[in-house]
Order: sequence, then structure tokens, then C-alpha cells
Amino acid sequence: MGWILVASAAVILFLQNYPLYIRSVPTENELKFHYMVHTSLDVVDEKISAMGKALVDQRELYLGLLYPTEDYKVYGYVTNSKVKFVMVVDSSNTALRDNEIRSMFRKLHNSYTDVMCNPFYNPGDRIQSRAFDGMVTSMMIQVC
Amino acid sequence: MEGLTLSDAEQKYYSDLFSYCDSESTKKVAAHGRVLELFRAAQLPSDVVHQIMELCGATRLGYFGRSQFYIALKLVAVAQSGFPLRVESINTVKDLPLPRFVASKNEQESRHAASYSSDSENQGSYSGVIPPPPGRGQVKKGSTSHDTVQPRTSADQQEPVSPVVSPQQSPPTSPHTWRKHSRHPSGGNSERPLAGPGPFWSPFGEAQSGSSAGDAVWSGHSPPPPQENWVSFADTPPTSTLLTMHPASVQDQTTVRTVASATTANEIRRQSSSYDDPWKITDEQRQYYVNQFKTIQPDLNGFIPGSAAKEFFTKSKLPILELSHIWELSDFDKDGALTLDEFCAAFHLVVARKNGYDLPEKLPESLMPKLIDLEDSADVGDQPGEVGYSGSPAEAPPSKSPSMPSLNQTWPELNQSSEDTAIVHPVPIRMTPSKIHMQEMELKRTGSDHTNPTSPLLVKTSDLSEETKINSSVKFASGNTVADGYSSSDSFTSDPEQIGNNVTRQRSHSGMSPDNTAPPPPPPRPQPSHSRSSSLDMNRTFSVTTDLCVHTGQQQAGVVAQPPAVPPRPQPSQAPGPVVHRPVDADGLITHTSTSPQQIPEQPNFADFSQFEVFAASNVNEEQDDEAEKHAEVLPVEKASDPASSLRVAKTDSKIEEKTAASAPANVSKGTTPLAPPPKPVRRRLKSEDELRPEVDEHTQKTGVLAAVLASQPSIPRSVGKDKKAIQASIRRNKETNTVLARLNSELQQQLKDVLEERISLEVQLEQLRPFSHL
Repeated sequence: MGWILVASAAVILFLQNYPLYIRSVPTENELKFHYMVHTSLDVVDEKISAMGKALVDQRELYLGLLYPTEDYKVYGYVTNSKVKFVMVVDSSNTALRDNEIRSMFRKLHNSYTDVMCNPFYNPGDRIQSRAFDGMVTSMMIQVC
Repeated sequence: MEGLTLSDAEQKYYSDLFSYCDSESTKKVAAHGRVLELFRAAQLPSDVVHQIMELCGATRLGYFGRSQFYIALKLVAVAQSGFPLRVESINTVKDLPLPRFVASKNEQESRHAASYSSDSENQGSYSGVIPPPPGRGQVKKGSTSHDTVQPRTSADQQEPVSPVVSPQQSPPTSPHTWRKHSRHPSGGNSERPLAGPGPFWSPFGEAQSGSSAGDAVWSGHSPPPPQENWVSFADTPPTSTLLTMHPASVQDQTTVRTVASATTANEIRRQSSSYDDPWKITDEQRQYYVNQFKTIQPDLNGFIPGSAAKEFFTKSKLPILELSHIWELSDFDKDGALTLDEFCAAFHLVVARKNGYDLPEKLPESLMPKLIDLEDSADVGDQPGEVGYSGSPAEAPPSKSPSMPSLNQTWPELNQSSEDTAIVHPVPIRMTPSKIHMQEMELKRTGSDHTNPTSPLLVKTSDLSEETKINSSVKFASGNTVADGYSSSDSFTSDPEQIGNNVTRQRSHSGMSPDNTAPPPPPPRPQPSHSRSSSLDMNRTFSVTTDLCVHTGQQQAGVVAQPPAVPPRPQPSQAPGPVVHRPVDADGLITHTSTSPQQIPEQPNFADFSQFEVFAASNVNEEQDDEAEKHAEVLPVEKASDPASSLRVAKTDSKIEEKTAASAPANVSKGTTPLAPPPKPVRRRLKSEDELRPEVDEHTQKTGVLAAVLASQPSIPRSVGKDKKAIQASIRRNKETNTVLARLNSELQQQLKDVLEERISLEVQLEQLRPFSHL
């Protein structure tokens, strides 16, 4: 349910369809990224329901070009606890391979788990962990 | 009043205090108001305060004149030092520490009060709550520490001053001073930077009980409190803050002792924990932390669950965000629970934070868990903390750490496994060239004339024979490297003879055979942490081979049995490998085994190789011949003998020999005597060879390492500790050997492939001819 949007631009972590963590590298156009993420949330939900029995594995939501005018890709990932990670990547960047995206999501998931392990973190709060931020930043720097 | 002789420090201190109290600059201080607060901050019982006031004459006068004030302060110091309050004591008590007034914010006050109230209480109350600064409450307690402190005072004063100056750094709570104090200055002055009335506070703090940790704090002030209650560490950064004194309610011992004291204690602790070196945990601090840990979790080796830790640290009244960050830093293994070391680190960070130090982004090294055992009270706080950690990581990983792997800081694990892996890792590294060499060597050993590998093979055999004792290792060696099997397959011819030694040979066989049937257990060295990784592999390979090889069955069986015997260290297993090879070679199969074992013990093999090379093919041929003969004899191989002899001729011959020998034994071993199968096995072998190569390399290296180790210490692989350098050197050598062997191996395998193909063609021709013969 949480959303994480990562992009060459933005990372948004959503929980129950409200954002837990948002981070975007190019700080501009943040709103645009938010919009994209919200639209992709619908797609993710579709996929979740479509998955049905299949447990949530590391899934990928590859939307490709959402808009013909825009060149970006939105990837999604859902955890078993229905925390959604959304990553928006500009296609202008060298196209990231699927494995890279998967690894990034894996790292995100691990970091998110670490955040969860912190007893001082209340689920549902915005994630303010410095370690998490650091990890996301490093990831985004890689992408960009 | 008697004349009051004050030392310079005292003079200054008192004058500061007087100025502080004399807010109206009337040169006399009202009995109530600031003075009272001040005295309360001295953490003395009310009756004592009254007594002091009487003695100094304030009661008479109704106010505190300067002299009275000074006398009162002196009496406060006396009282804090534990001396009976007497007028005479003013001048008789030498080296009386400056009266310590603990200033504190509300928390501090409460804390101080709490601490005053009795150390035990304070500390006890903290169960679960940050314990009040130890020693705080011991105002009345023997001032032994004072005595000790006093002498030190000056020194401390000097020292604290300097450290104090560096606010950015950890509070200069003179750790050394703390150590001196037997008692933790429970009354630690909450040396938080918060203390507003700096100078005043410090003296008061000093007056506190023996824990004279407050150097740092005091130092900041002109009269650095002689006492150094580490608890009361004055924050170094702000010297003034050092003297965090509870403006007023300090005396209210009844005040919130629990949380306050806890927090105070924490603060104090933190301050004291200051860092000589930032983030270093002193012994006192560590002891305190450990005690606190016990209150939550009696088992020092156990964990504190996150919820309990959360409550505990929440009492420190730090913002949740900071606590969250502290948790992130200190929960090394990210398991949601704190081990003793983690707890100490977290506590230390809390203390530091309370003292005004910013939290680091990363866990300071001194707080990082280490694998060292902390048990002995290490001098430096760090070590203990870190040491303790060492234990914890061990504990943590097993119990928790679901996400351990994902941790960047899985040092403990790494450390723990490092030992195992230290040796193992090098081994697993497989180098293709070595593999080739190994194979070549094995081939040679097996008696095939591998001109190329002959020398190495020969060498191997010799080495192996020497190391026969390490049968187990040999087994492992063989097991380790499926690739060895390949090479061994080449050396199958020799294997039959070496059945006795089997161990090595089996490996080679097994290597070969299993390959044929199925890719040899690839996971080669994935278990760096497993001491018996090689053994595991071997088991796998052995099991596989057993199925496949008839001939090697025996060997395999033996081999399989052996792996368990291998000492836990991977090295031993590996070392045995080469050793095994040796024996094998001796039998003639060594070559076969040599590859595998050689991979393991690079060292011995390496040497062997060189020797082999020197000997060139001659030896190999001989061996091969022998092996071939043996094979022929042993195995029902049709062509064993012929090929065997032919093998001697040349490289190609050797190949053939290998092939035949190998095929003979191989057939047997692999259980694929049929002509048809050979091609498959060959291919598979090749394939598996490739696959095995990396494994083999790893094995080789492992075995090399093991061999090296074993060679160095034939007795026991157990002594991991022995000679790391020697081991590393041997590892290096083994690696080199591995590369050579790998190269050899690949070449030999190529030869084998060719030979097998030829064989197939020959067989086909034979088949074609046969019908005619029948006719």
C-alpha cells in the first residue's frame, strides 16, 4: 500500500495509496511525477488484483510510455504487505535493464524492511530514516 | 567564622557563584532564593543545607555575605565529599573538591534529585528507565572518590578544560577520571550543555559525591569540579553547560527519580562517556550500560526486543526521530533487537546526543560491534562495547537477522565467517589455468602420458603420497572439484589402481562421472562460511560419482565417508585433497586425483608441478604406464592396456591412455563402459569440466589452502589460528598451482575429448567390421 516512487526523478513510497516516502532527483516537475505515480497506482492495483493467487513476488510494472509525449517509464513493485514502490525513470537516461530495476527494488525493499525494524518507526508514518534516504539517493544517483 | 582559606580555584569558583547568587549585586545574598537553589543543586539533603547555613553564619545574619557564602560553599563541598560538617572542616579538609552543583534543566533537576536520593534508588529506579547517573545519589557516600578526585582535580581541571574546549568533540568527560572513581558519579552533573549557569554548576557538581567524572564539565568552568562524575559530565562543548545544575529542585530528591534520574543518568553518562576520542565508551560507561541492559534483559547474551528498547530510550526524552536514527545506527544486524553491544552503542549515542553531540550519520567505529570478546573489562570503552558486540553478532545472526545479509554492516557475520571464510575463500577461487594444470597433472598421474601435465602430475603423485595421511582431505579434494573429476576422468586409467587410495581417485572419477550424468554440483563454493564446504561438495560429488562410477564406487564410498571426517575447516578438507591426490598418484591414480586435490592444495601441487615439469613426460609416462597397466589389470577395460601403453607415446598418446585408461576406469567408474556412452561422458565431462572448473578452482584453492595448511601443519587443520600468514602464503602458492593445474586440466580435457572422439570412430569402425567377421 505504500508507494515509493523512484525516478531519475522521483521516488514515492505509498502505503495504502497514500505516500510514505517521496523523493525525486530532479526536484522540478515533482508534481508531474506525483501525477504519474497516482495514475500508475491504478495500474498497479489492477495488477495486484490480477495476480490473484500468485503471491506478490517481485513484480514489475512496466508501463512503457504512458504518454506519447513523455518519455519515461514507470516501474512498480509490491510487497507482501501491499506496500507499493513506484519508480519513475526518464527514458532519456540509458534504458535501465530489467535486472537493474529489480535490483533497485530489492534494495528498496530491504531498506524499507530495515526501517520497519526500527521500533521507533510507526508504520504509516512518513519515512524519515536517514539510512533510507541515503540509500535512495545513492540509487537515484546511479540512475541519473 | 574562622578564616577561610580558599584555593585559587575555589576562590574563583566561589566568587562566580556568589556573583550568580548575588543577582542584585548587593554583596550579600539572601538566604533564600538563588542560594537556596544553589544549595539544592548541590544535591544535599535539606538538613545538611540547613546545617551549612548555620555553620556559615547565614542563619545568624539572615543573609549570605560573601564570606558566609564562601564558607557555605566550602561546607557544601565538604558535605558532598562526605566529610562531616564542621566548622573546622572548612580549613582542615585539604583538597576539598569544589562544591558541585548540578544544574539541570527540569530533567536534570529531577534527575539529580533522583540521583541524590540514593544511588541505589536511582539506579534501581531506572530499571527500564535510563538510570540516574550512577553515583549521583551518592553524595553522602564516602568521598573516597573525592580524595582521589581531589588530587586529580587540578589535573583533571586541566584536562577537562582542554577537552571541554572542544565542544564539537565528545564531551571531554575525562574518562580517565572516571576510571579513577570507583563509583560512578551518580550525582553526575547533568552536564548538558543546557546548564545555563555554567560556572556555578560545575563547582556544585564537584561537590558532589565521589564520582568525579565531571571533569570535563568542570573543566569548562573556572573551577573545574574536582569530582568527576562521569555521570555529571559537564558537556564539554559548552563549558558553561558543564555545570548543568539543577537550579532548584535538585534537592528534591523525591522528585521524579525514575525518568528524571534515568534521563539524568543518561545524560550524565553520556557526558561522561564523552569521548576522549569521540564515541568511545569508557569502562564506567560501559558498566553502566551493561547494568542497564541487565535491568531489561538479565541475560547478557540475549537481546532486548525493540519494544522494550523503545520504551527505555524514550525515557531519555529525545525526539523520536533522533531515537529512530540512533536505533538505525546501533542496530547493527537490523534484527529489531539489541544485543548487549548494540544496546551499549545505542545508549552511548543517546548519552552523547543528550549532551549535545550530533548523531553521526554512520555508526562510529568505536561503537561498532566487533568480534572481539569483551568479557574482560577493556580499558577503553570502545573495546568493550565493540567487543561485546562481537559476541552479539554471533548471536544475532543465528537468532535474528533475517535481513542480515542485506545489512551493509554485517560485520559480525563477516567477521565470524571471515575466519572460516578466510581460509575458505581463498580456496574457492578457482583459476582456470590452475585447473588446467591440475587436470593435466591428474592426467599425468593417472598414468596417461600427458606430456604436458606429466610433470605436474608426477609431482602431484609424489606429493600426494606424502600427504597420504590426509586422506580425508584428499577426499574432499576430489569431491571439491568435479572438474577434478574431469581430470580424473582422464586419469581414470590410473584410478583403478588407486582404488585403494580411492580417495583421491574417486574424486577424480567422481568428478568425471558425475559430470557425465549431471553437472557436478555447481555450488561450489558458495559456502564460504561452511567449514566443510568442500566436504559438502565432495559429498555431493561423491554421491554422484558413486552412482556413476562403478570403479570409483569403492573410491567414492570411501571418499564419501571421508569427507565427514574432514576437519571442520575447509582447508583441511582441501588440503586433504591434494594429499589424497598424492597417494593416488602413488598408486598411479594420483594424477587423477591430483587435479582435484591439487586444486585444493595449491601449494604442494604447485611444487609438484614444477617438479613434474622438470621431469617432463618421462615420469608421466611411467606413471601413466603404470597406471595404465594397473588400470588394465584392475579394470575390465578392454583397451586399457593398449591405450595405456600407447598413451605413453606422446601427448596424444597420453590422451589416449588417459582416455583408455580413463575410459576403462572411467567406464567402470562412470558405469558407462559402453562405447556409446563415452562420447556423452566426454561431452558431459567437458561440460562439467567447465562447470567444474570454477568449482575445481575453488576447490583447488581450497584444497590448496587446506593443503598448504595441512602441509604446514599436518596435524591439524583445526588450528585455524595457526599461522595465518603461512596459510596465506600457502594459499597463494596453491592458487598459482591451481592456475597451472587448471590450465593443464583444460588441455588434458581437450586431449581427452579428442581421444574419445577417436575412440568413438574406432569403435564405429569396429562395429562395421564386426559383422563381417561374423559372416
